[in-house]
Amino acid sequence: MMEQAIATYREEAAELLAELETSLLELEEHPQDDDLINRVFRAMHTIKGSGAMFGFDDIARFTHEVETVFDLVRNGKLFVTRQLLDLTLQARDQISAMLDASAGGPPADQATGQGIIDGLQLLVPHSGGAAPAEKEPARQEQPKGEVCQRTYRIRFRPEPQIMLGGTNPITLLNELRGLGQCEIVTHLDAIPLLTDLTPEHCHFYWDIIITTCHDLNAIQDVFIFVEDDCDLKIDLINDTCDTTSATDANYKNLGEILVERGDLSPVEMQKILSLQKRFGELLVAQGVVSSSKVEAALVEQQQVRQARQQQANQDTALSIRVPAERLDHLVNLVGELVTVQAHLSQIASEKDDGDIVTIAEIVERLISELRDTTLTMRMLPIGSTFSKFKRLVRDLSTELGKEIDLETSGAETELDKTVIEKLNDPLVHLIRNSIDHGIELPEVRQAAGKAAKGTVHLGAEHSGDSVLVTIRDDGAGLNKEAIRAKAIERGLISAAAELSDKEIYNLIFAPGFSTAKTVTSVSGRGVGMDVVKKAIEALRGTIDIASTPGHGSVITLKIPLTLAIIETLLVRIADSYFVLPLAMVEECVELTTSDVAASHGRNLAQVRGAMIPYVSLREQFGMTSNQPEIQQIVIAGVNGMRVGFVVDDVVGEHQTVIKSLGKLYRDLQGISGATILGDGTVALILDPSMLVRGVEQMEQQRSE
Amino acid sequence: MAKVIMTADDSASVRQMVSFTLKQNGYEVLEAVDGKDALTKLGAQKVDMLITDLNMPNLDGIGLIKGVRAGSLNKFIPIIMLTTESQDSRKQEGKAAGATGWIVKPFKPEQLIAVVKKVLG
Repeated sequence: MMEQAIATYREEAAELLAELETSLLELEEHPQDDDLINRVFRAMHTIKGSGAMFGFDDIARFTHEVETVFDLVRNGKLFVTRQLLDLTLQARDQISAMLDASAGGPPADQATGQGIIDGLQLLVPHSGGAAPAEKEPARQEQPKGEVCQRTYRIRFRPEPQIMLGGTNPITLLNELRGLGQCEIVTHLDAIPLLTDLTPEHCHFYWDIIITTCHDLNAIQDVFIFVEDDCDLKIDLINDTCDTTSATDANYKNLGEILVERGDLSPVEMQKILSLQKRFGELLVAQGVVSSSKVEAALVEQQQVRQARQQQANQDTALSIRVPAERLDHLVNLVGELVTVQAHLSQIASEKDDGDIVTIAEIVERLISELRDTTLTMRMLPIGSTFSKFKRLVRDLSTELGKEIDLETSGAETELDKTVIEKLNDPLVHLIRNSIDHGIELPEVRQAAGKAAKGTVHLGAEHSGDSVLVTIRDDGAGLNKEAIRAKAIERGLISAAAELSDKEIYNLIFAPGFSTAKTVTSVSGRGVGMDVVKKAIEALRGTIDIASTPGHGSVITLKIPLTLAIIETLLVRIADSYFVLPLAMVEECVELTTSDVAASHGRNLAQVRGAMIPYVSLREQFGMTSNQPEIQQIVIAGVNGMRVGFVVDDVVGEHQTVIKSLGKLYRDLQGISGATILGDGTVALILDPSMLVRGVEQMEQQRSE
Repeated sequence: MAKVIMTADDSASVRQMVSFTLKQNGYEVLEAVDGKDALTKLGAQKVDMLITDLNMPNLDGIGLIKGVRAGSLNKFIPIIMLTTESQDSRKQEGKAAGATGWIVKPFKPEQLIAVVKKVLG
């Protein structure tokens, strides 16, 4: 991408230089023409600005000098002279030479460049040096892994007109929330009467108490764009690193906090204190301080006490923050170790030496323990994402005029960090779907004899080496007829197709499928469910729908705990090895040549009375070697169907460290990665659902 | 639903870089070659954000910002201006015209995304 942009920059700069030349020559004839001066300035400015973006620092620096002179011309402080034009034209040639040099041409003569700059500066009345470079809005990550928890008190009172400048104060508050534990109290007392209210103005202001490991700079950065448009007061009120401050969990009294904030005078405090009742209630009752201010102060008190309490606890329960990359590196190393260990076990069994076998077994046990420990280190409770959805449900239901509660369960269920991150978007989509298509409007629900308020339930639970995430709503359920009609209209199925309920429900995952009668802002653009399905499959997960008309639908996502190492079944075809995710494998049966003959060329096998379609991997991968007399069918559950995969031999279970294939193989159908076996052989990881889809497409093309 | 961001810049390379960076991060991008082009397009389409250069032919960034704030469809969108270090006064001028924030050139893709996320929330 960068190379492409750089190439564009070169072309653009060449054009600008050509324009610069013509403008300069015209300027010689019309030295007073402001339009021409502006054109020269702009050309120079763009060469400089874009040059710096794409790493042409020398060009940017040089052009800056010339631009500075022309800025003076533009502002009428310097007049266009023959000498200036000569120098500028030379400068133009110099820039051109520098551009050529960067493209591999001969290097530009620096002395010439310096000469031009010196000449230009002589023209400037009294040239101060270049202005010191200003820093860009500081966005740097926190520099060091600080473990100090500091508590700040922030009063943020934006100017009423703040939203007219495109700033949404809510995003600032949300950004603060991202920095640490945050309690926000909104003050409503500045809201005027309805008659005086300007709807485009912001009448709120906020007290924020934040406990964070970031420093003051990070907090100030949040407000960097609005510094001049608001009253902002940030005070450090607690610092767990500062051991000199009191470490007992008690924090100041409410009155002291209010006095410190300037919301209450010490005299008033004493007066009220003498009444000796609940201080906060008294303040409000007496009308000295508004209730929201008391609330804000109470929140501060609570949070600082909490922070100090936590600090006290931390001393006993030690935990260490580790950067995620270091953990990733550790997981990679463990992956390598698992591969080496497989090699060791194999050699041990070949050598048949008692000592080596014993060592190999010990190593195997230790490494499997190491693997489990390492993987659990990356586990996080899924609850952190759940809480985000509360907001989503609230906002969406209001927007759509529906009443919806979000219930969650299993928030403590742990999943690999990367899996949780990648699960976010699909979940957002599914929940949106439930809200938009599933839950009916309150009137409709009441007419159907249901509570006006709908419920969306989001749950997570462990199931073997997977986690089941369910999204359940008590809405209308999927409309089978509508889905079917739409699928026929879209040409996804033929009108005569006999489909089970499950097969009909699965149609909603087809690309470009949407049954919403109207396109709402929420969903119904028909880009949804197939994307969700792809995202889940990318996580090696599966997605399943169940629905009862009138009672709602349940969508179940089955997600493996981790992405790095999986349990698989190792199989062989001729001398190539493949692995299938063990979680999908249901059973293995034999397939003899006579079975094949008996099925009359249809790829169907009889397994305990049921007909199971199978895919011959040998055919699928165009392997020409002779097939053995007896082959094996590995039966896997794919999209709620049982499908067989025919291989020569089933080798056994295998711990697979997933390696991604290179760029060249990115579009490969049916293969999701590779792994290295104990003896160094590469085995390809099969993607059953992609394989099945590929075969289905082939069949469809053949029948058309 | 991807948010739509307009980039207004007379430099094709900057537009390309901004647009590529935004697209890679899941935003939809609408390009405009100068202030006038941008204002015409913004009169007809709702976008979620505008990133504009300050020095442009036909209509400059300041004029564009004023135009957008005076319009109706995109009146309240966040507007980020691209400035260079020598333009502190222009930055003030831009803020006064109604810009939400600024990015100082040269910037890296990550900085651009950080600012976009900051103002879009």
